[in-house]
Amino acid sequence: MAVVAPIRVLEAQYRTYRRTWRGSVISTFLQPVLFLTAIGVGLGTLVDDGAGTSTLPIAYLAFLATGILPATAMQTGSSDGAWPVMAGFKWRKDYYATIATPITVRDLILGRFGFAAIRLTFVLTIYTIIMALFDAVPLWPGVLGIPPAVLTGLVFTALVTAFTCTLENEIGLANLFRFGIVPLFLFSGTFFPVSQLPDWLEPLAPLTPLYHGVELVRKLVLSDLEAPLVSGTSMWVHLAYLLVVLVIGTALAIRFLDRKLLV
Amino acid sequence: MTAPLVIAENLTKRFDDITAVDSVDFEIHPGESFGFLGPNGAGKTSTMRMIATVSPVTSGTLSVFGLDPAADGRQIRGRLGVVPQEDNLDLELTVAENLYIYGRYHDMARPKIKDKIEELLDFAELTARRDSQVEALSGGMKRRLTIARALINEPDLVILDEPTTGLDPQARHLLWDRLYRLKQQGATLIISTHYMDEAEQLCDRLVVMDKAKIVAEGSPRALIEEYAPREVVELRIHNGMEAAIEQLVKLAPRIEPLADRVLVYTDDADRTLKEVHDQGIVTDSALVRRSTLEDVFLRITGRALID
Repeated sequence: MAVVAPIRVLEAQYRTYRRTWRGSVISTFLQPVLFLTAIGVGLGTLVDDGAGTSTLPIAYLAFLATGILPATAMQTGSSDGAWPVMAGFKWRKDYYATIATPITVRDLILGRFGFAAIRLTFVLTIYTIIMALFDAVPLWPGVLGIPPAVLTGLVFTALVTAFTCTLENEIGLANLFRFGIVPLFLFSGTFFPVSQLPDWLEPLAPLTPLYHGVELVRKLVLSDLEAPLVSGTSMWVHLAYLLVVLVIGTALAIRFLDRKLLV
Repeated sequence: MTAPLVIAENLTKRFDDITAVDSVDFEIHPGESFGFLGPNGAGKTSTMRMIATVSPVTSGTLSVFGLDPAADGRQIRGRLGVVPQEDNLDLELTVAENLYIYGRYHDMARPKIKDKIEELLDFAELTARRDSQVEALSGGMKRRLTIARALINEPDLVILDEPTTGLDPQARHLLWDRLYRLKQQGATLIISTHYMDEAEQLCDRLVVMDKAKIVAEGSPRALIEEYAPREVVELRIHNGMEAAIEQLVKLAPRIEPLADRVLVYTDDADRTLKEVHDQGIVTDSALVRRSTLEDVFLRITGRALID
């Protein structure tokens, strides 16, 4: 039972998603399309025509697309750990229904994260196809970016879930996105290389999970890219960092949800 | 005699500085319908949550099916059916899907769940709504679905926390009827309620809880016989309440003045009522009824059950 229990949760998540996916699908796909159009194509033309050519050996659109991929994963993953989790223990209280059965809090978290991984894979695959249609990055090696981006998304699902479980109401969630996720989105190398950051800010970037996700995706997909557009850090370091944070985040999420539900 | 399904000894639950359940003892036997009667905040829900293994015991011992809730929670929950105070159904899913998911949580095989769903839809009178979204159901229907959901795994023990709170009288009676049927089929039920009529209807045996403690225990009939004379005369007195009370004290062994009326406990209501009028006490209205658990509660705690 201990092994299959998380799969039962995943199954239930899928059944609910089958009825609710329409609500999120537009925003999920529209956002990357808007970014690629406005900033990638619009601004990118300026970048490539101007001084940008001296620093970027590739089209800005390709640089941006490989940043938006893990950044989208971060946003999808974070949202997954925010409102649905608060609904689970505060608004709908469906988590209480789940743990009244043989399912444990651990099963609940693992099952949710398992489903989050599947949903991220689906969303990011569509995104990769959109990237190819924009002529930003061809499907191959574009698809290589999917696994690290999924991992990045999951790291945020875990961290944000753990954080949400410490909150009493949704004010904290709004602040998390305003002061946490949005700055990460802007300053983790998504739009411009981290080497462009002010000197005092630059050393902070490697502390954030999104930075490692972006680096990993770029090194895999745009293998010709060199410093200072990407760091000289090994891909294994990025991977190890993300895996470690995922494990810690998952353990915290289980512990904090346990504390929330089993009082 | 078979072993009790639940045994609690000195069972205590504390939250920071509040003691929600204070050293209570009780046993629940197979096939019985056991009630926790008490006002809000008496500790009923906390006790039931501990039995359901979703709330750690602070001190004392608790065994459910002979197992330890702290160590064998998964196993215990596999044999329980839980109906929480607030419905927590999946509103986006259909009636049948809600039952299906619960069956899967209990690790039941698909064909078995399918059969069980038909049986439970029939039991809960929801067959016609099987493919409706739960969001569209009435309060009574949601409650019946929550109960049906709790029965999907054919539990040995069903825990119902205030099953009819918030329902209209008609929905309540239908629910009582269903629970009574369940009882007839030999299910063991634990019911918490602050309605004395519900406790009288459904419980074979109950404990009265007040301020985290058990203050009385027995069958509804035995409790009423022990704590309250057979009949009650309820008098509404608009003017001269205090003077009337002074006179009434001499007429009956026990009276209970409430905010808007006086309860006069007696073994012969007709005689008492006649005496009241003979004494020239002016009442706005007089009602004669049999004693209920409400009177038991009032007697024990000095307070009304629902204020």
